[in-house]
Amino acid sequence: MAEPQTATAAVLAEAEPVGPAPPSPAHAFWEAFKENRGAVMGLAVVALVVLLAIFADVIAPYSPNEQFRDAVRAAPAWADSGSMRFVLGTDSLGRDMLSRLIHGARISLFIGLSVMGVSFVIGVLLGLACVSLGNAVDVAITRVMDLIMAVPSLVLAILVVAVLGPSLTNTIVAVTIVYLPRYVRLLRAAALAELRKDYVTAARVAGVGPLRLMFSTVLPNCLAPLIVQAALGVSDAILEAAALGFLGLGAQPPSAEWGTMLADAREFIRSDPWLVTLPGLAILVTVVSINLAGDGLRDALDPKMRRS
Amino acid sequence: MFVTFVAIRLVPGDPVEVRVGERGISPERLAQFRHELGLDQPVWKQFLDYVWQLLHGDFGTSLATNQKVLTEFAALFPATIELSLAAMLFAALIGLPAGTIAAARRGSFYDQTLMGLSVTGYSMPIFWWGLLLIMFVGERWGFTPVSGRIDLIKYYFEPVTGFMTIDAWLSGQKGALKDALHHLVLPAIVLGTIPLAVIARMTRSSMLEVLGEDYVRTARAKGLPSWRVVGLHSLRNALIPVVTIIGLQVGTLMAGAVLTETIFSWPGVGKWLIESIARRDYPALQGGVMLISTTVILVNLVVDLTYGLINPRIRHG
Repeated sequence: MAEPQTATAAVLAEAEPVGPAPPSPAHAFWEAFKENRGAVMGLAVVALVVLLAIFADVIAPYSPNEQFRDAVRAAPAWADSGSMRFVLGTDSLGRDMLSRLIHGARISLFIGLSVMGVSFVIGVLLGLACVSLGNAVDVAITRVMDLIMAVPSLVLAILVVAVLGPSLTNTIVAVTIVYLPRYVRLLRAAALAELRKDYVTAARVAGVGPLRLMFSTVLPNCLAPLIVQAALGVSDAILEAAALGFLGLGAQPPSAEWGTMLADAREFIRSDPWLVTLPGLAILVTVVSINLAGDGLRDALDPKMRRS
Repeated sequence: MFVTFVAIRLVPGDPVEVRVGERGISPERLAQFRHELGLDQPVWKQFLDYVWQLLHGDFGTSLATNQKVLTEFAALFPATIELSLAAMLFAALIGLPAGTIAAARRGSFYDQTLMGLSVTGYSMPIFWWGLLLIMFVGERWGFTPVSGRIDLIKYYFEPVTGFMTIDAWLSGQKGALKDALHHLVLPAIVLGTIPLAVIARMTRSSMLEVLGEDYVRTARAKGLPSWRVVGLHSLRNALIPVVTIIGLQVGTLMAGAVLTETIFSWPGVGKWLIESIARRDYPALQGGVMLISTTVILVNLVVDLTYGLINPRIRHG
């Protein structure tokens, strides 16, 4: 029964400062997380990307949309004709690739985190509604979620964007809709399991109201799998949004979104391969490190879910 | 059904105007068009008509080509199936042995490398992966062609099955089959990458579980050679969850097909779907999404039912 306790403890730790009790939940969590070398590496890269995104304006040498007409499609520094002026070269409009990639990190993380935040909150609300508002609501919500899951993820996202029109905001809406069912189902299953336990009955007998029962008694004990899902969900959201951008249905030019940059660079695949290579590499590295860190998070939070 | 209907009605842009073009036509003609398309009816009636048509297997008529959506879909679907099957074959042929060996040598350098590659494969933006392969394998080294299903200038024959490789073989033209296979290699690799990562990972963890069972220890104790224990006794039992996973990848395949087909100009339903959006051809988009989802649901159902066949322990009552 490690995981409900850890989750409760983590929540408690936020609410009231825990004394010097040995070992603190955060410390225990870190010890478990540290065992997985890949996860630590992933976390380090994620931290780097986050820093790049936050301080993009300071770090990037130029503005992402500034066009250098004298240096259109300049080669990166390591090429024969390259110079240190544009370390990663420039794109077809003479915009500095390094600056665009750094600003792209901001957009991708923004998409990933907003999708995660929104689907987490809505998922929790719908999931709790499923288990507490009676059978009719449960069936209705579950059916809709099944419906969403039946359509392949990208196809559904394309459909939603086709309806709303391509833009950054609509990308977020589309990807949120696609990934919502995972949260709802996960929380519903976890909450149903928790509701059968004795402590819930005890709380009920003690006269705890329905709202409080759900949010402060049951919810904290369902959080562990949900947090893992949320962490891994960020990487899925980034990938999906980049795919939409690549198809021309996501963030629109001149936005420095990585997928959109790739789509712009497609026609220069023969002449200037770095224009295609770099944005994709940025997506891959970010997504891999989030997944590694997420796997580590799962192992540390919940030994039962550990992949052998 | 309802979702696609409502969603598609909200698409900005008037299909009639798109069809009419920039030049404009007389208001009477416009009204007649709307009437033909049923767009002058109230929305609830449009929906009921739509359901009625669906129940009769009518998925509407494409606004761009004036053909039945089902006809268009059926003409393009074999290309997508062929690509998906090839991708799955690629993924299973590499993923199963790779995962098995990783489990047998747990913790080894090979195991760690493979798991690292598996995370990478699972996280791969396949549209970029496709472009990379085109760039290196296709363009720079010139190994394979990078678009379409076959060299149409050199080979022409009537489609019989819709599967280019089989048609090419049936046509008896020298080199046609080879050319078709050449066109198939890159897209199949791209589409198969994520399933490959999933299969390798699943095989490994499923094998690890089985390798800890008593009957495996018995087999080892009997003095059976290691390959027999791993290859026969364990693999057979470990395959059960893996087969399910393979079946459930069909959704991933369909989503991936949209990207893969767009990159490689593969004339399948994925590319057609993207083009329908650009043309504001909403019956096509609507019907296409419905048909793809139906396929996915059916395949998942079949997988669910066959599960009882491979695993008699959980036969459906």
